[in-house]
Amino acid sequence: MMVVTILVGALMITAGIFAIETKRLLDSFIALSVLSLVSVFLFIMMKAPDVAITEAAIGAGLTTAVLILALRKIGGDEE
Amino acid sequence: MRKFLSMLLALGVVFVLIEMIEPIPAYGKVDLSKRVSEKYVSKSVSGFREEVAYKKSKNLEEGSANVVTSIVVNYRGFDTLGEVTVLFISAFGVGLISSGLKRKGYGRKPNFILRTAVGVVLPLIILFGVYIFVHGHLTPGGGFPGGTILSIGILLLYLSNEEYELSEKSKVLEGTSGSLFVIIGLLGIAFSGAFLANFLPTGVIGNLFSAGIVPIIYIVIGFKVGAELSTIVADLHKEG
Amino acid sequence: MVYYISIALIGVGIYGLISQKNLFKHLVSLSIIDTGVNIFLISIGYVEGKEAPIYSIFTPTANFVDPLPQALVLTAIVIGVGILALGAVLVVRVKEKYGTLNVEEMKDVRR
Repeated sequence: MMVVTILVGALMITAGIFAIETKRLLDSFIALSVLSLVSVFLFIMMKAPDVAITEAAIGAGLTTAVLILALRKIGGDEE
Repeated sequence: MRKFLSMLLALGVVFVLIEMIEPIPAYGKVDLSKRVSEKYVSKSVSGFREEVAYKKSKNLEEGSANVVTSIVVNYRGFDTLGEVTVLFISAFGVGLISSGLKRKGYGRKPNFILRTAVGVVLPLIILFGVYIFVHGHLTPGGGFPGGTILSIGILLLYLSNEEYELSEKSKVLEGTSGSLFVIIGLLGIAFSGAFLANFLPTGVIGNLFSAGIVPIIYIVIGFKVGAELSTIVADLHKEG
Repeated sequence: MVYYISIALIGVGIYGLISQKNLFKHLVSLSIIDTGVNIFLISIGYVEGKEAPIYSIFTPTANFVDPLPQALVLTAIVIGVGILALGAVLVVRVKEKYGTLNVEEMKDVRR
């Protein structure tokens, strides 16, 4: 269990750094969605099913949808 | 230069935080008898002490099988009222700032697979969302993820149909649910003397019809959160 | 340990908030800090060897982890998405008024 926790933590930090450093905004939003989805695994490991269901529905579903729709409203991702 | 200075600042904050977690007990070795949540788990805040067993105890102080639900709705129900207010202010702000009158389409005809699949899957999604918040006192979940799943169904309708617009009745549903929550609280004053008191009888732990007003409040919260998030999704689709 | 993962996430979020220039990246950094704080709050209440706090057939008598931080984090996650929606609409409005999303170019536009 300790090895899996360390692997999951490394994946989350890598996704976070990628979400900040990349130049295209669409890649940044998808990395944020991956970060939320992998944190659901940590919530299950700490025996919290209510929080896991809420984070999976909101973090990986609605956050990505709201951000991508707002990006579409300003005309896409031009540089 | 800017990146180097900001990395130094972030490392400084991380070091301060690592020094500050020393008085917290080690991960996984907490003594629960010194914390207040032991009173919430054994349902004995008012000193009523008896062993709680599944499908055996009757007429306890608080009869829902999901302990997190009993904390969110019953023991700390006032914080849930505050959270519903914050969500309302956020949806109100989105409706006030975003401009537009008519639906902004996606510019191309949606795929045949998408149209057919949404026709099959959408009633199942709505049924699943309603199941999660009706059984909020027995299984994990509750009002908030149930309402979110309802609004994701509305998002699917927007994706698969170029002329769909959310009707004005969702705002009526949201306002009615919000006031119903406060009215149930005021009925608690009328029957038991405290705001949001549990005035219906709590039955056996584990049945569907148990725990007093907790399922009723979660149904109201589920519809309110679903209508609010659907309004946010609809306001992001407008132009003109 | 899980404490160090959440503190590292808070550090990554603060680095992103200060060093980036695009306003959308500020919103993403705030969301990363939000996720880190939620993980930290739940990891305070974990007890080894106990089960999830629901009375069921598998746990008919009480043998649970701490349920109080889970109730607080449930509220915090929903408020986080409300703040993000309001922030996204404000960024759209800034782009309509100033014409750019770069914080350094915005200082020169006087409108």
